[in-house]
Amino acid sequence: MIRYIIRRLLWGLLLLVIVCALTFIFFRILPTGNPALLRAGRDPQPHLVKEIEGVLGLNKPLIVQFWVYLKEVFLHFNFGYSYYNQEAVRSLIAERLGATASLAIGAAVLWIVAGLSVGIISALRRHTFLDRAAMGTALVLISAPEFWLGLITLYLFASDIGKFKILPGAGSYVGITSDPWKWFTSLILPWIVLASGSAAIYARLMRSSLSETMKEDFIRTARAKGLNEAAVVRQGVRAAVNPIFTLFGLEIGVLLGGAVLIETVFNIPGIGRLNYVAISSSDFPVTQGTVLLASMFIIVANIVVDIAYAYLDPRVRYS
Amino acid sequence: MSAAEPLLRVEDLHVEFPTEDGLVHAVDGITYQVLPGRTLGIVGESGSGKTVSSLTTLGLTRRQGARISGRIMFGGQDLVTLPEDQLRAIRGNEIAMVFQDPLSSLHPLYKVGKQLIEAVRAHRDVSKAVARARAVELLGLVGIPDPANRVDQFPHEFSGGMRQRVMIAMALANEPKLLIADEPTTALDVTVQAQILALMERLQRELGMAIVIITHDLGVVAEMADDIAVMYAGRIVETASTTQVFGAPEHPYTWGLLRSIPRLDGSRHDDLVPIPGTPPSLINPPSGCHFHPRCPYAQPDHARIDPALQAVEDDPDHHVACLLDSRARKELWGRLSSGDTPEQALAAVGTTGEPA
Repeated sequence: MIRYIIRRLLWGLLLLVIVCALTFIFFRILPTGNPALLRAGRDPQPHLVKEIEGVLGLNKPLIVQFWVYLKEVFLHFNFGYSYYNQEAVRSLIAERLGATASLAIGAAVLWIVAGLSVGIISALRRHTFLDRAAMGTALVLISAPEFWLGLITLYLFASDIGKFKILPGAGSYVGITSDPWKWFTSLILPWIVLASGSAAIYARLMRSSLSETMKEDFIRTARAKGLNEAAVVRQGVRAAVNPIFTLFGLEIGVLLGGAVLIETVFNIPGIGRLNYVAISSSDFPVTQGTVLLASMFIIVANIVVDIAYAYLDPRVRYS
Repeated sequence: MSAAEPLLRVEDLHVEFPTEDGLVHAVDGITYQVLPGRTLGIVGESGSGKTVSSLTTLGLTRRQGARISGRIMFGGQDLVTLPEDQLRAIRGNEIAMVFQDPLSSLHPLYKVGKQLIEAVRAHRDVSKAVARARAVELLGLVGIPDPANRVDQFPHEFSGGMRQRVMIAMALANEPKLLIADEPTTALDVTVQAQILALMERLQRELGMAIVIITHDLGVVAEMADDIAVMYAGRIVETASTTQVFGAPEHPYTWGLLRSIPRLDGSRHDDLVPIPGTPPSLINPPSGCHFHPRCPYAQPDHARIDPALQAVEDDPDHHVACLLDSRARKELWGRLSSGDTPEQALAAVGTTGEPA
């Protein structure tokens, strides 16, 4: 088990280097690519562009640039400096981590709780109106793009532009430390929108997994023992959750991707929006930093999921 | 059978399942009884309704949308109409069940101890520690070595035979009056089968419970059962003491079953005789006697007349549902057991008992 964990961590590290390389290459071959050109003002003099390239280190061979970057990232945890305002990417990210963590953790909790409970109820009430309504809604939520869903909810419920002025809308985010209640209410709509897709997928997965599980022999045994129906369902849920749990690590990635859009739509000052702004202005170091951070998080989440799975299912033993 | 008050009495039980293809008549009017401390073997091919009838006894077919009629009398109560919560108090407590495949019948993610503790605490208001001590005791009772440690293992850490012992331990948790064992040895190795049967016999002696053993294996009932009910297409076609069923069987289907198993005392050149044809559809069962399409001795009117289960002439405890003349049946079995084929027997005896 320890050997397995160490091996997984080493593979994770290698994966991070590859992600580094990919983002590095992608953002340098994009057509809008030369940040020196972007910073040199209107009708730039070629010598000015060259000078800026020298300051940013862009005149060195790519492989040298990459090596310098890797060293800084892995040895000093330094993601470089923004091309625009010279701020350290690390501190840019740190400033915005709270907002993104608030958004992602809240949405993940909502996703799991809503997805599993809707799935369980649907599985136990199969082919009823409730089940059909829930699964129909789930299908709509899976299909609907998040940014569209975000705009719709703002249009309907935001306190500034909404038809029903119920909840704070875009740009209302405040940190949890300054005003917990405002923090909470401002995040309700973003949480719902961000969680909706994953929750809908989980509801459908849980429904089919639990429906199958409830036909298993051990469920019949549980009933034959004289257990009450709540205890029987608990046994079913315990077994049905396992196959779904393995997808958690993958779905986390989808959630983080969604956070970029949600933070943009709801104007939340988080890492997603930082990334969005950085991409549109070719701010490579910031983009690389955010992408790398997200990748690291997804890789770690997947390792944690795999290790936890061995404890959830005693039949699984890694070697 | 003695005049003792039956522990379980099933009367004219019908179980039907509505499906997309039509109504499945899984159990089509069966009547039998189980006496305290005795063993009834229910024998039949797969799809003959033997499992459905026993699941219905515990009310486990209710949520599959089964239409159930008839009566299942147990302890003065009719289990067919008993409300779910009262039935739950009987399940696993007064009537317990052991299933065919012990691996799939145990929860794969719970330790066997937890599963045993659940069984105890479903019916007894005891602490977890007391229930756990009982779990260890039960594992010891069913012959699992080192029960104090095995109680903390998962089902996949047990062998097939040991798993079935766990299932039996779970069924015995509350010392039931009746144990229903549905093909308890079918999924096991032959040597392990014998161990499990011996275990069940020992526990029956020690605990004094009645057993209903459901199987397609005549060897198992020969070993275990005091009485036998032979089921075909949702009906009981013959019921008698085990000695009578093996010594003087009356129904052509029973003859077919007996002749399709190998015998140690038979000649090596005796062929095993399979029953021709396949079990009938339970959606559109054959008219008249359900067995007539596969019966070598069927007469044209057997497709019209539905035979009732009736006592045979000289034995009030031996019942058979057959339209053949009783004298003819005796002659036919006599011929068959001395090695004749059904065709030879029929040619010699005819269907009336008069030599043809």
